[in-house]
Amino acid sequence: MSDYNFAYLDEQTKRMIRRAILKGLAIPGYQVPFASREMPMPYGWGTGGVQVSAATLTPEDTLKVIDQGADDTTNAVSIRKFFEKTAGVATTEETAQASVIQTRHRIPEEDLREDQILVYQVPIPEPLRFLEPSEIETRKMHSLEEYGLMHVKLYEDIAKHGAIATSYAYPVKIEGRYVMDPSPIPKFDNPKMEMAAIQLFGAGREQRIYALPPYCQVVSLDFEDYPFEASKADHACDMCGATNSYLDEVIMDDAGNRMFVCSDTDYCASRRKAGHLGAQAAAASAALKETAA
Amino acid sequence: MTADILKGGFANAPVDAAHAFRAAMNVMARPGTIEVLNGAEPPAPVSVAAGTLLLTLCDPDTPLHLAGDYDCEAVRSWISFHIGAPIVAAERAMFALGKWEALAPVTRFAIGTPEYPDRSATLIVEQAELDQDGMSLRGPGIKDCASMSLPEAETFQMNATLFPLGLDFFFTSGEQVSALPRTTKVEVA
Amino acid sequence: MYVAVKGGERAIDNAHAWLAEERRGDLNVAELSVAQILEQLSLAVNRVMAEGSLYDPDLAALAIKQARGDMIEAIFLIRAYRTTLPRFGSSKPVETADMACDRRISATFKDAPGGQVLGPTFDYTHRLLDFALAADGEVPEVNRGEARKEPTPHITEFLNQEGLIQREVTSEETPGDLTREPLELPANRPLRLQALTRGDEGFVLSMAYSTQRGYARNHAFVGELRIGKVAVEMDIPELGFAIEIGEIELTECETVNQFQGSKTEPPQFTRGYGLVFGQSERKAISMALVDRALRWEELGEDNLGAPAQDEEFVLYHSDNIQATGFLEHIKLPHYVDFQSELELIRKLRREAMENTTPVQEAAE
Repeated sequence: MSDYNFAYLDEQTKRMIRRAILKGLAIPGYQVPFASREMPMPYGWGTGGVQVSAATLTPEDTLKVIDQGADDTTNAVSIRKFFEKTAGVATTEETAQASVIQTRHRIPEEDLREDQILVYQVPIPEPLRFLEPSEIETRKMHSLEEYGLMHVKLYEDIAKHGAIATSYAYPVKIEGRYVMDPSPIPKFDNPKMEMAAIQLFGAGREQRIYALPPYCQVVSLDFEDYPFEASKADHACDMCGATNSYLDEVIMDDAGNRMFVCSDTDYCASRRKAGHLGAQAAAASAALKETAA
Repeated sequence: MTADILKGGFANAPVDAAHAFRAAMNVMARPGTIEVLNGAEPPAPVSVAAGTLLLTLCDPDTPLHLAGDYDCEAVRSWISFHIGAPIVAAERAMFALGKWEALAPVTRFAIGTPEYPDRSATLIVEQAELDQDGMSLRGPGIKDCASMSLPEAETFQMNATLFPLGLDFFFTSGEQVSALPRTTKVEVA
Repeated sequence: MYVAVKGGERAIDNAHAWLAEERRGDLNVAELSVAQILEQLSLAVNRVMAEGSLYDPDLAALAIKQARGDMIEAIFLIRAYRTTLPRFGSSKPVETADMACDRRISATFKDAPGGQVLGPTFDYTHRLLDFALAADGEVPEVNRGEARKEPTPHITEFLNQEGLIQREVTSEETPGDLTREPLELPANRPLRLQALTRGDEGFVLSMAYSTQRGYARNHAFVGELRIGKVAVEMDIPELGFAIEIGEIELTECETVNQFQGSKTEPPQFTRGYGLVFGQSERKAISMALVDRALRWEELGEDNLGAPAQDEEFVLYHSDNIQATGFLEHIKLPHYVDFQSELELIRKLRREAMENTTPVQEAAE
């Protein structure tokens, strides 16, 4: 792929994206319009995140790509390969080793550091979109800080279901000003967004970039009597025993038996390596010992 | 066109620009930090850091204002050859370069509109030196409190009250860069 | 015991190998050449060029071959290639009045200078499968007439001379570029036309059809439809004058629409405009109708709430590369969001059950 420029994009496109990133950091939570380019992967498959990563990467970076928390899901593999080819950067599956992490739908369990950058792939950047389909209208609402519609929606949830019925892409308010879509991460991840790393959000098809500087105030919208709750499945990981990680549910057999495993595959693997065993893994290892004896 | 004009661009544009952007992004995301920024060799009086910022962020799509003695033939020619940014009056500029006194009054620059607060100018302020000592800074990107030398406090305090509109600043000196976005609250320590 | 699914990379490689094999098909059948596609599936090539926004018949034919005939996939290949190309400059506006027309018809005048030229059209073919074509596609040589030398004037110009049709405002301003700047609403007409000319043929057709059926009906006559080649010229600063850098085939459609009058202006016809790469007349006519519908505001008409009048709706949904990408992305894993929904629905059900149980007990 040496026919292409470093990190695929031409320099003028990168400059345009870089300017948008800087304005995004200066106006946290505000969606900066940018002239998204057609990428050699489909819209909706991470073109925004890929363009932001391409404008951010240096040859010395170590890149980690996750989808649903996992490094080995096919689209994560595909994006990682794209940057191996076009930017020649080193890649890793270990969160701690990465300097740039591109993600779809999760924030790693391990706390991110000041020298790391988290790039989110965003499908629909406008948090008000499903309440108001018109871009002209939602832009006006942001400019007037008119977020009543969002509160009405959340309140209607409570009236109907007794709880706020949003479990992912849970809206947040940044530094008391802009309501922002955190991308479709589970609301379990929302509290992690006040972090030491720089967070960049890219929506390619919708042509928007937004950003959060480190230690930026991120408040999940709620009501005094219905406070926000970062929920997860009420289980421990059956592989590593973690009780504080977000879990995937896996159907095990035809009878529909389930088990729960960490969605962050690197987190789970490193815990197991450190000797932590969950219920399933412990049972398997006991069985193994018995056979050996 | 003299031979000097042709010199001073990036030796390896994609890689030099990538390094420079990371430094620029890091200082904009973390007010109070100072990073090394080099790669360009611009003509005097432009510092290496400021020249590198221009090469990294500016092109024919970004109207640029040159303030005071920065608006000279050598600088104009260098920008015209390496960057291609149209040189414009303060009111039309997306970027501006000069010393603090020459950039004043900064109320001339675009602060964005309520619907598009990003359509605001970024000012590159050339300083004699950068120092992590002086005014105290609070806001996004700062864990508790940071400190940085600034030419004054009042203008930045006024700028912060415009949020989400406002100007964003880079400060450059030699091969060093720091930044102050509109979100930072500046206090005289 | 559970083992996490691994091997995404191998699965991808295998899928690609299989795909390549499927593309080639039965090895006993001769391989399709790009030249064959170019020559014998030229309308497909034209569509890929129009919606791919790149005039390169060879690459469009290659894309069709690579995409196994999936038109949107071929358009996507062209678009992704197009964005990597450097820009050397912009051409001068093409002069369609100077077009060497292969086809030129008007529905509004029986005859006009330049005449009615039917050209290579399906219009009056009886749609009967030609079984002879299955065996042998050879055609007898046809008689060629003398091509017209002088330029063919636009029909709408004759209406313009009498002041019967709304005069278009000309501007020296460089129009915006949909592919270089983020779309901002409200968009001006140049941006709308750019979106329509590269928009999905099916989408633009359906939008146009909806106006004919009464959703913001604008009663269009095809004032003129012309297909042919035009010269592309570019100013070369070093030379100080423009030179011809090549020629492209275009389809242009001008519609003459319902008239319009106000207190200050006497009644006039209005216009819709379509211009598309290649021979793409269905698309060009559709484009003109949708263009006309989107002009309701400047022409002082009412917004009837019709889909074809809604600029935001049309512009945000006409691009098939955006649409297909986002539509198909729901194939990607969504375990995490789905899991959060699972937990929520279980919790809500649990709470709902708990709330209803005491009532039952009380009743007992």
